[in-house]
Amino acid sequence: MTRFARWGIGAPILAGLFAGVLAIGSARADGSGSATMDATRAKGQLACGVSGQVPGFSLPDSQGVMRGLDADTCRAVTAAVLGDAAKVKFVPTTAQNRFTALQSGEIDVLSRSTTWTLGREGNLGLNFAWVNYYDGTGFLVKKAAGVKSAKELDNATICVQPGTSTELAIADYFRVSKMKFTPILIQELSEIQGAFLSGRCDAYSTDASALATFRFSQGPKADDLVLLPDIISKEPLGVMVRKGDDKWFDMVRWTFAAMIVAEEKGITQANVDTFLTSTDPETRRLLGVEGEMGKALGLDPKFAYNVIKAVGNLGEMWDRNITPMGVPRGINNLWTKGGLQYAPPMR
Amino acid sequence: MSDDPRMSGARAAPKRRIRLSWSDPAFRAIVWQIVIAGVVVAIGWYLFSNTNRNLSARRIATGFGFLDRVAGIPIGESLISYNPAEDTYGRALWIGVLNTLKVAVIGVVLATLLGTVIGIGRLSSNWLMAKLTAFYVETIRDIPLLLQLLFWYTMLQGLPAPRQSWRIGDAVFLSNRGIKVPYLIWETAHTWAFYGFVAGTIGTFLWNRRANAAQERTGIRPAVWPVGLAAMLGLPLAIWGIMGAPMAWELPVLRGFNFQGGGTVSPEYFALLAGLVLYTAGYIAEIVRSGIQAIAVGQWEAAGALGLRRGAILRHIVLPQALRVIIPPMTSQYLNLTKNSSLAVAIGFQDVVSIANTTLNQTGQAVEGIAVIMAVYLTISLSISLFMNWYNARIALVGR
Repeated sequence: MTRFARWGIGAPILAGLFAGVLAIGSARADGSGSATMDATRAKGQLACGVSGQVPGFSLPDSQGVMRGLDADTCRAVTAAVLGDAAKVKFVPTTAQNRFTALQSGEIDVLSRSTTWTLGREGNLGLNFAWVNYYDGTGFLVKKAAGVKSAKELDNATICVQPGTSTELAIADYFRVSKMKFTPILIQELSEIQGAFLSGRCDAYSTDASALATFRFSQGPKADDLVLLPDIISKEPLGVMVRKGDDKWFDMVRWTFAAMIVAEEKGITQANVDTFLTSTDPETRRLLGVEGEMGKALGLDPKFAYNVIKAVGNLGEMWDRNITPMGVPRGINNLWTKGGLQYAPPMR
Repeated sequence: MSDDPRMSGARAAPKRRIRLSWSDPAFRAIVWQIVIAGVVVAIGWYLFSNTNRNLSARRIATGFGFLDRVAGIPIGESLISYNPAEDTYGRALWIGVLNTLKVAVIGVVLATLLGTVIGIGRLSSNWLMAKLTAFYVETIRDIPLLLQLLFWYTMLQGLPAPRQSWRIGDAVFLSNRGIKVPYLIWETAHTWAFYGFVAGTIGTFLWNRRANAAQERTGIRPAVWPVGLAAMLGLPLAIWGIMGAPMAWELPVLRGFNFQGGGTVSPEYFALLAGLVLYTAGYIAEIVRSGIQAIAVGQWEAAGALGLRRGAILRHIVLPQALRVIIPPMTSQYLNLTKNSSLAVAIGFQDVVSIANTTLNQTGQAVEGIAVIMAVYLTISLSISLFMNWYNARIALVGR
């Protein structure tokens, strides 16, 4: 993302809102029953909002291919709608313009480590379709500071991105703990991280996942940074869609359900073809061999097959993107393994 | 009754009557103005109602009710007290407005002083002075302001950590957390001394007017400076002394992570102020130089023939005339500096744009947030324009 992307907040917001609101107002509902789905199919492209700056979630690799959990989430829904994950278009968004981009129709799905909160679902005209990462707010400090716990951060200066749920969470935490802190709020991710590394702040706070991957990306200097053990808030990072297009919402939700069921059944990107001849009824319904599950959602009967073929099951997405960062799966595991990921039955 | 012939009906210009006919230019002008005003209003109404209708259709919250809701957002530096647990978005935005003004007002003053000095320096007969200032102007104008701000901010981050800070005694500390200075513990005596200073200033002003009048009448000017010194410095000091001369300082003390107590100039504010002042001063220097050069060289020569020295010529003859050329473009520079202060977002100073951005992101009310920003800048800019236009009219040549 260019340095100037941060100015995407001013005039483009208004222009985008006007344009998007006009466009949505005139869209007709026919075909699949979802205006967004029809428009996506007509374009042959799904615009998916990501950060593009966070290792493990969305960051271009040396070939310029977007990699990470959020990026693979975009690929999964694109494979479900269009049958081909390569038809995804990644749109970099900032913490501040992400909601407007989705409201205005610039993007169709927002997969950008965004916390599911009541305020956001109630005020923004947006819905959270699924949680792709159960996270919490943490603190990263320099080892030299000798801090062992968040309780020792009284009077600390803390670097945080404005407009995030993190900034509200730490304000609450310090208030409840009767401690004080000085916030340094810079919108541009690289600037706020630079301020922390240069010593402008005593701690850098955001989702613990992003802290872990940021620490990992420091290479040999990772050992100079310490992730404090305290997790001070619940941050379920979700995938968002616009309100008012229930079919589109269903599509995202059941794409995730399909990936979870696939993991439960041991269906992977590599072996999915061998399951096409399976006799297990739920596997047969999942892969579209039997029943009309896909059609009910306005999708191809083999939508789940396409998703698994493109990105694999939920566990594979994790292993590919998060495991290399040294983050244990913990509560993000399947419900059968003590985690929170649980899919309703595909019937 | 007046004898003025213009007042008598017979000599007054005949009153024109507007005929309701297309061939009457006055009638046409009125019709066109009504049509254009109608079109503007209709477009505005359409945009407003369409946006409103669609926002509500898409269940996006609208209205300015969020201004009364508790903000919960942390704010780094503020001129007034702020508690995220109790204070509203309205107060948070007001803090942003004050922070913007803190940069704009001090920035305008410093940029004017620096720019004037550099502008005059470019005209200096001293080769080194002229070349150095020319180099300054050409360099600073050619580098984008955003890069300059990031440069200053990065430089300040390169300062040592609080524990290794550069210090002057135990009072002033310079570190990557900013400049820490002792803070005068304010007491009633100081307030009264301040009132004394205000009274002294007014007194000096009045005495100066008397001196002017006396000079015009008699040709001899009564001395002003002893009175000014006594009124503006002696009076406040006397009040302060009578009230017990309290002078307690709160020193910054390194405790835990950072300095506690004392006053702070944050790196964010300092970088923004330095960047804006140095950048705008480059432009102001050129305006001052062009204003001075616009004054005919005969003015210099005539004043020189009277035996005035160069500095006196500049102050009493040339600059007052040059001001008429300088003020109008200077207004633009003041407006530019004020609006450029919105680049604060890039380096984490919480001006009104920064806080409004956070607000609109936390509440999801983008249209209202942007409207607040626009209203604030419009108000500030119009105020600057109005003041400068008034000042311009005051110093304009009066036709006699």
